[in-house]
Amino acid sequence: MSLAPADLRLRLLAALALAMALSQLQRPLTAALALVLLAALALADRMPAERWRRLLHVEGFVLLLALSLPLTLPGPALLHLGPLPLSADGFARAGLLALRISAAALALLWLLGGTDPMRLGGALRALRVPERLVRLFLMTLRHTSLIGAEARRLQEAMRARSFRPGSNRHTWRSLGNLLGMVLVRALNRATRIEEAMRCRGDAGRFPGSALPPPPARDVLAFGLLLMAAVLAVLGDRM
Amino acid sequence: MIPLISLSDVTVTRDGAPVLQGASLTLAARDRLAIVGPNGAGKTTLLRVIMGLEPAQGRIRLFGADCLRERDFRAQRPRIGLLFQDSDDQIFCPTVLEDVAFGPLNLGQTEAEAMATAQATLETLGIGHLAQRIAHRLSGGEKRLVCLAGLLAMRPDVLLLDEPTNGVDAANMVLLHSALKAFDGAMILVSHDAAFVAGLANRAMLLDRGRLIPARVHDHPHLHSHPHLHPLE
Repeated sequence: MSLAPADLRLRLLAALALAMALSQLQRPLTAALALVLLAALALADRMPAERWRRLLHVEGFVLLLALSLPLTLPGPALLHLGPLPLSADGFARAGLLALRISAAALALLWLLGGTDPMRLGGALRALRVPERLVRLFLMTLRHTSLIGAEARRLQEAMRARSFRPGSNRHTWRSLGNLLGMVLVRALNRATRIEEAMRCRGDAGRFPGSALPPPPARDVLAFGLLLMAAVLAVLGDRM
Repeated sequence: MIPLISLSDVTVTRDGAPVLQGASLTLAARDRLAIVGPNGAGKTTLLRVIMGLEPAQGRIRLFGADCLRERDFRAQRPRIGLLFQDSDDQIFCPTVLEDVAFGPLNLGQTEAEAMATAQATLETLGIGHLAQRIAHRLSGGEKRLVCLAGLLAMRPDVLLLDEPTNGVDAANMVLLHSALKAFDGAMILVSHDAAFVAGLANRAMLLDRGRLIPARVHDHPHLHSHPHLHPLE
């Protein structure tokens, strides 16, 4: 039994509500509880191992934060690293942030991690997100992979001509040229796409079929998640 | 004599489907091997395997050395020039001269030497006048010749050509053909253009659904007609 709504619109809204609520938590205890609860929900939902691994990428960033905050926040020192004081406030803040970020990332991975991003377009449009933003989002998705593939082929051609990156002027100039060429070709591609769209009579509208109303089960699941988010914020303030 | 390139029983699988199945070939000095096959038969993959750009199972020997890892291939790559199917994949420097000088610089020539090599190579191909042009604004045929110049500037022993005639106009085709005719190393030629292949190759193989089969170049006289255009007076 999964608590994640199957309907993408409600999934997006639930993810938004959870992320907003989690960002407001002030006490480490509530943040920790939220993290445990979300982990339990994701486990109950049999979230695949690949998405748990993606959570690890987030933790790398969190670790960086935990290392830098005690050094940069003022306050009474808890420890000394040589001549550098490590502030107690910094540790507390880093801990709280680590819990909040992990919980929010887990919520996003759980609710949206398994969705093909291209499908989010229709859901965003149904939620009345401005057409321009939706289009920008979909076009970016479509073309990052194409441009990435172009960049990869250019790099292979460089390797085939015996290029080995090192720390010398030739390397920097070559990588600069590579980057420049990728940008030039991305721009050309964008122009060609726009022309092709104009040739097919583009009038600034995208076809999108209206989505059916979400089933009652999804509305219930969404209601429960929303309630949990509100309760977390209220509990945190008491 | 050791063959320049020998593949034995090479298999490449992509997304669970075999792209090459037990392909074997040897390329000796002065061999001009044409590989013919329908779209999607694995011709490009075969060339990429030889360059070490595609992970493959089987034995790959380049110039008598077994190549397993990137490091092994890297040592042999300067001796092999791969002409990519899409010239735009190969050209990445702003000007033609810089792009042709890229290979020689990788081989350790100084800036001045590399530029001189590049200019000389362009002259040999009959496109010396393109040296200062912006590379990605050239015509398809000019781009193809610039790519070839970029390879020849490294003085390779073997050329691997992936559909070299695609998008090349008649005038540049003449330059391309004579440049390849004059190249005294070995080459593997993948092309749809039967006339071009027949004019250059002295051996042929068929590639069909990932399997490589020996074939022979068959040439016989034809009573021949073809339409062409003349300007009106």
